[in-house]
Amino acid sequence: MRRRMGALEAAGAAMVISLVAVAALAPILSPHDPTRAVALTFGDPGAPSLAFPMGTDELGRDVLSRIIYGARISLTVGVAAMALTLTIGVAIGLLSGFFGGATDFVLMRFTDVMLSLPALLLAMAFVAVLRPSLMSVLLVIGIVSWTQVARVVRAETLSMARRDFMLAARALGAHPRRLIIRHVLPNILPIIVVMAALGTSGTLLLESALSFLGVGVPPPTPSWGRMIEEALVYFRTAPWLATFPGLAILYAVLAFNLLGYGMLQRRAR
Amino acid sequence: MLAYLVRRIVFGAAVLAGTSLITFLIAFVIPADPAVAMAGAKADPQTLASIRHELGLDQPLYIQYARYLDRALHGDLGRSYVRRESVARLIVSRFPATAILALAAMMLSLVLGVAMGALAAAYRGRAADNALLVISLVLVSMPVYWLGTMLLIAGGLYLRSFPLGGWSGPLSLVLPTLTLALGSAGYYSRILHTNLADAMDQEFIRTARGKGLSPARVMLRHAMANAMLPLVTLAGLDLAGLFSGVVLTETVFNWPGIGRLAFEAIFNLDIPLIMGTVLFSAFLIVVANLIVDLLYSWLDPRIRLGEIR
Repeated sequence: MRRRMGALEAAGAAMVISLVAVAALAPILSPHDPTRAVALTFGDPGAPSLAFPMGTDELGRDVLSRIIYGARISLTVGVAAMALTLTIGVAIGLLSGFFGGATDFVLMRFTDVMLSLPALLLAMAFVAVLRPSLMSVLLVIGIVSWTQVARVVRAETLSMARRDFMLAARALGAHPRRLIIRHVLPNILPIIVVMAALGTSGTLLLESALSFLGVGVPPPTPSWGRMIEEALVYFRTAPWLATFPGLAILYAVLAFNLLGYGMLQRRAR
Repeated sequence: MLAYLVRRIVFGAAVLAGTSLITFLIAFVIPADPAVAMAGAKADPQTLASIRHELGLDQPLYIQYARYLDRALHGDLGRSYVRRESVARLIVSRFPATAILALAAMMLSLVLGVAMGALAAAYRGRAADNALLVISLVLVSMPVYWLGTMLLIAGGLYLRSFPLGGWSGPLSLVLPTLTLALGSAGYYSRILHTNLADAMDQEFIRTARGKGLSPARVMLRHAMANAMLPLVTLAGLDLAGLFSGVVLTETVFNWPGIGRLAFEAIFNLDIPLIMGTVLFSAFLIVVANLIVDLLYSWLDPRIRLGEIR
């Protein structure tokens, strides 16, 4: 079963590792304090220079340092929200696929309702109600993004339930809980890992979008999405201000997408 | 076919009822007091009480919901607290701008996505295939609002060929449409690529090849017909995702549509407007899915003839 890692998967894994390293080593890697004015150009954004490779913002803060620290928020929220998404999605998908019948009907109709609501609007409304904080943002992202996971896990569970080894285990009188934990879960684990990688790219994008709309993790914590929002005012005079944080988001989201698609490709081969 | 149709419509109505319940509950947990929002912070308790009574806020929750549902079914979504206008009228006046943008983006993303997916499948396993895969993943990974900002800087500021947001003629549509379409295009191209690869492995493709048909004809006429069908469903399902993009795109480009209306509503905690825009977008998504379903069943003879339910 185990095949060699493809180029995409390897590239994705390397990018994810680099992200984690940057987030963990932020105090060592960043040349300046991300929350302090270090440039003399207070009030005007400073262009990229040797001292500040990505320029400085309107408050004289170093953009590179802010981007390095921003990796912490993005990864924390992205991964934690994904864990919540997986927990809800796997639970609903497993129950729905395993028990079928009325359980399946109710859970899947609920999933359909959630699928028909625009996730971003729902998340904005929830965060606005709960007041933006690290906790509320990751909770809300988890609550609005589990539908895809639930559908995939349900389909996989359904196909597992019909296999011979499941019939055998059932015939031997195994308890449903044992059937799910010992027989279904290990068999659908590979697809759950893929969903985790692909899903993290989704939660990262949603986190940055909420920050961009002003309902993300509140200041002074630097967040990539909010950096772009703050840079919009200066897009005529200081286009680099919006460019670099966007590249950081693109890098992070692409890392998880490459990893996920790479794993999918390996499974398909 | 008729039974299928009826079942789909009943199902769509049930989904809408569910979404209305969720939007209603969101509005209920919002801590802001609507009476204070309407009358201002300095209003005396008597005025507040009368406003509450007028809005039915002194009634039990289930009665409030029943009333809300009843009014919504009659096209009455209440009045915006902040704008003091009918929510339904606000939505109707903003709808055309959003519809134009969403339709243009959907067409462009399907055309681009199908072209990229077919090209990748034609060069399956070769360098061009991998290059297209990476390109599509980059497109999918770009934050919509950042892409919009970059296009605004490139097309509006440096090239000076496009307006910097708002609506001032057909040229205004170009940058927002690109912004909204590129991500979906990457997504569709991936799906189509997978579907085409699956279709190309089927027996009937070998038969078509055996008949001596040209590779292009085999791909476009035989494989594509099968690969396109799931894409139609996906495009319908993706509408909810597209709507999230609409909110962001409209915000960047100052586009006078429903997405920005919803954004402002949430910012002002304008409850009837939040409920109205969320419910309306859910309505659009349900209707679009219904149309897609019907289209699908009409396109696929296996469903049309009742072989698969």
